[in-house]
Amino acid sequence: MSQKPEPQDPRIASLVAKARASQLTRRTFVAGAGSASLLAFLAACTPGGGSKTLTPAADVSATEKTLSWANWPYYIDQDEAGAYPTIDMFEKQTGIAVTYEEAIPTNEEFYAKVKDSLLLGQDIGYDLVTLTDYFAARMVSQGLMQPIGLADMPNAQANLNPGLLDATYDPGRQFSLPWQSGMTGLGWSTKAFPNGLSSLDELWDPALKGKIAVIDQWTDTMALILQSQGVNIDGEWGDAEYGAGIEVLKKQVSDGQIRAFTGNDYTELFKSGDIVAAIAWSGDIFIMNTEAGADDYGFAIPDKGGFLFSDNFMMPMGSRHKSNAQDLMDYYYEPEVAAQVAAYVNYVTPVAGAQEAMQAIDPALAENKLIFPDAATLDRARVFRQISLQEDKSFSTQFEKAKVG
Amino acid sequence: MALAGFANTSSRRTSAPMRRSRVAILLLLPGLAYLGLFFLAPLVSLVITSFEAPNPESFDIGSYVYSFQWQNYVAGVAEYWPIFLRSFVFAIIATVAALIIGYPIAYFIGVFLRGRASLQAFTLILVVAPFFISFLLRTLAWKQILGDDGWLVTTLKSLSIMPADGHITGTAFSVIFGLTYNFIPFMVLPIYASLERLDLRYLEASSDLYARPTTTFLKVTLPLSMPGVVSGTLLTFIPASGDYINASDDFLGGPSTQMVGNQIQANFLKLLDYPMAAVLSVVLMVIIMGVVTFYVRRSGTEDLV
Repeated sequence: MSQKPEPQDPRIASLVAKARASQLTRRTFVAGAGSASLLAFLAACTPGGGSKTLTPAADVSATEKTLSWANWPYYIDQDEAGAYPTIDMFEKQTGIAVTYEEAIPTNEEFYAKVKDSLLLGQDIGYDLVTLTDYFAARMVSQGLMQPIGLADMPNAQANLNPGLLDATYDPGRQFSLPWQSGMTGLGWSTKAFPNGLSSLDELWDPALKGKIAVIDQWTDTMALILQSQGVNIDGEWGDAEYGAGIEVLKKQVSDGQIRAFTGNDYTELFKSGDIVAAIAWSGDIFIMNTEAGADDYGFAIPDKGGFLFSDNFMMPMGSRHKSNAQDLMDYYYEPEVAAQVAAYVNYVTPVAGAQEAMQAIDPALAENKLIFPDAATLDRARVFRQISLQEDKSFSTQFEKAKVG
Repeated sequence: MALAGFANTSSRRTSAPMRRSRVAILLLLPGLAYLGLFFLAPLVSLVITSFEAPNPESFDIGSYVYSFQWQNYVAGVAEYWPIFLRSFVFAIIATVAALIIGYPIAYFIGVFLRGRASLQAFTLILVVAPFFISFLLRTLAWKQILGDDGWLVTTLKSLSIMPADGHITGTAFSVIFGLTYNFIPFMVLPIYASLERLDLRYLEASSDLYARPTTTFLKVTLPLSMPGVVSGTLLTFIPASGDYINASDDFLGGPSTQMVGNQIQANFLKLLDYPMAAVLSVVLMVIIMGVVTFYVRRSGTEDLV
């Protein structure tokens, strides 16, 4: 039985994607019903979360040439037949069979699904997962991930962008390795703003009441708000500064300035005209322009500073294919492979040399500032200082409360 | 001999119901097992979760231990009562709107079109047809239609009916609209089912006794269709008060229209605060049960439900 071709109209394609994202596939359902629900039930009966230290599972990569990888939707190169060319090539080169699943709709939802096995250090069904910085930080501080042998990965060692080597939550990258990075900044419709936007305060202009969206994740939105208040988010700041930032957000919610808190869905709001400006991700703006075939949308890092996030490879304690996983991570640190992925996903690649490799694939993309930002731009996209688990919990709770006004 | 015969019959008399009840229990087993496994066990787990306390040994997010932290309920109600209030106000308005729109439709199909089976079938299909498309897609389609660049808003603005900076999506109106739209079939079908059996001779009798059409409707038709109205309103009100799709920012809602379902989702999937999510779910269930019990008692149809 041949598969029906994907719809051409981007609107319909996005509707289909949404409908798919909200369905359980049979595979995840069966896997979930088999292990997760039973474990959840058992875990509910036992006193939860012991504080014992977990140890990595024995590596059976030598005998089992398999690997399973959980990633986000639309986050790897895919051809029209639905195959993943770079994964196919990896399988051919190494003989390792890769099970690739778009299993992560959000960090939290994925965690909720696997946490019972994860907290016990058991096999969660994935040898490799891709988690965003703030969530990766939680995993590291809870000791839920295996160390990665960067020494055994020549490409990663040579090509990891030096600026990303020392993550605040994982200095020297012992437990995590960036998969893709992205910038959070200001996005706008060029019809409404022919001259673009440069400062976050412009979003709070009363003339834009109800025409603004912000990202439904405290790290992204608050990073911009805190910096607009003059806070250096990589330096010293605490509850007082965060509280002041939350007050700014609350005011914009109660004034009706903010139309919606969304994930990627703000792209739909731009298209339907519901919003004209937003706190946005660089990759989305690039994709919208590609779909429109024109520069209908603009993106900039605000003058007082934007946010740089990465989604990171991590190996859960229960993973039994450490060596296979390292082979795969190292493979994606070859500049040519990284360029091939970047040409499809349009986020910022953490692999040095990918820009040169992109010249061979698509010279126009190699020049694009959204995919290969220049040093000055990257310099203004900052990361948070280390955030403790207590702070993370308090910050996300305050953010959720501010959202409802 | 005769005695033996009596004994025989009497033993048969007792054993037949016994056998029957054994068969009945056997037949009930799958249903009971299903209810136990998929309703009772999750419910118990939910209530247990709602009393859990944060793990004192670690600051891990989403890590809770078994406890009897009843204060969870105080905190939940204190913090979320305005959202509960909003949810029930939205659900009540949507239910009343669905009743006002749905009753005439049901009456039209069940009484007006009586005797024209093919027309009845056709109109019923029209009522059910939206179900052929996913609930999410239908709601997303409305989001497009009601969007700021959609024809409706642009027309209203060009006619100056709507202020230039006004919008529909993200407001209480669009959420209630979405709830009403999505649950109308649940209102129409039960009312239709009771009106379809309505004996028209009662209406004739009523008019023979010089009742005006309004009186006939209020004294005869409406009371006879009450079972349908009650089940229709319940089928609309209960899911509407817990709905989290229509009010979500990604669909028809905005920051100022969040309902309890959205907060349960946020606590469960974003904050990983499982006890609070469980508290909100339990409180929602208790309130709905209270409201429904009161409603069914008042409408005097408890033996019908």
